[in-house]
Amino acid sequence: MSLSRLAAQLRQPAFRDGVVDLIGPAVGVGAWGLVTGVAMVKSGMSVWLALLMSLVVYAGSAQLSVIPLLAVGAPLWVVWLTATCVNLRFVIFSTLWRGYFQAQPLVQRLAIGYFSGDVIFVAFMKRFPRVEPAPEQLPYFWGAASLNWLAWQIPSVAGILLANAIPLSWGLGFAGVLAILGVLLSLLVDRATGVATAVAAAAAVAAWALPLKLNILVAVVAAVAAGLAMESGERHARQNALRRRAAGEQKR
Amino acid sequence: MSAENLYGLAAIAGLALVTLIARTFFMLPERELPMPDWLKRGLKYAPLAALTAVIAPEVLMTQGALVNTLQDARLPAVLCACAYYFWRRGILGTIVAGMAVYLPLHIGWGW
Repeated sequence: MSLSRLAAQLRQPAFRDGVVDLIGPAVGVGAWGLVTGVAMVKSGMSVWLALLMSLVVYAGSAQLSVIPLLAVGAPLWVVWLTATCVNLRFVIFSTLWRGYFQAQPLVQRLAIGYFSGDVIFVAFMKRFPRVEPAPEQLPYFWGAASLNWLAWQIPSVAGILLANAIPLSWGLGFAGVLAILGVLLSLLVDRATGVATAVAAAAAVAAWALPLKLNILVAVVAAVAAGLAMESGERHARQNALRRRAAGEQKR
Repeated sequence: MSAENLYGLAAIAGLALVTLIARTFFMLPERELPMPDWLKRGLKYAPLAALTAVIAPEVLMTQGALVNTLQDARLPAVLCACAYYFWRRGILGTIVAGMAVYLPLHIGWGW
């Protein structure tokens, strides 16, 4: 992207909207980044390796789940497989990103994928509920993605450098959980989404013992099935009500 | 370069690659990807479910088992955070309300 095009994108109102929508969740993302930074160094990773990991990998949940593996020197394929499984939800998200950005050149799509995290995804879906391309999507994405990147990297680097001054026992990472809770609550729009969420929570806890965090995948499959079942149940109920009303009118 | 550093570098390179592939997976192919309609409708529940699955164990479980005490700072914190959200609909406030309950109970009382 040329500099003039970049500057033009920064001036678009949608870029600012993306930044503004991410301000709230960014606090939670920051706390999470801090904790991840501290955890990397406390596990015995050298400072420069931890910095490199934060800046290059840029994936909170995957980093957190492989830190204990790296600390004991687990085989690389175990490390990579674990990260892949934790990242499977992004594979599902990418089907929706495709609906918005498939017309973009490959390099742009790779960049979008690299910078897209959970929170950006939810903000974007809320802002553009219809999965179809629109001109203000790119500046909105980059607004949200820039703030998210800063909100993650600055505290993460601080956590790496100040690891010994920040005790993990404080539980600051809980702010990250609360940030996701907040965006999650904003997605609950009807009964079907509520039921799907409850089913996902139950499935994720029940399948916790599965290796490689595959409980996330189990929860997604269960929730999609529950959501579709709710939709079709409600459709049947509506049709039955219509039919009953029509029959009642005929009698009169 | 020491073997330990080499191991770390290789791990990081691989992690970056698998993460990039996961996040771009269905954006990579140029050709049409036909998808049945029910799957399209169903996928809109996927983000919700994935996020729930990430945080539910963090809130409801300790050491791989369901929480079995009410003296756990996470439970009142999540309740207050939810209450705040439905009152004001702000995510920042939701985090602040939750942490305002969580930190004193967790650090102060050791819940």
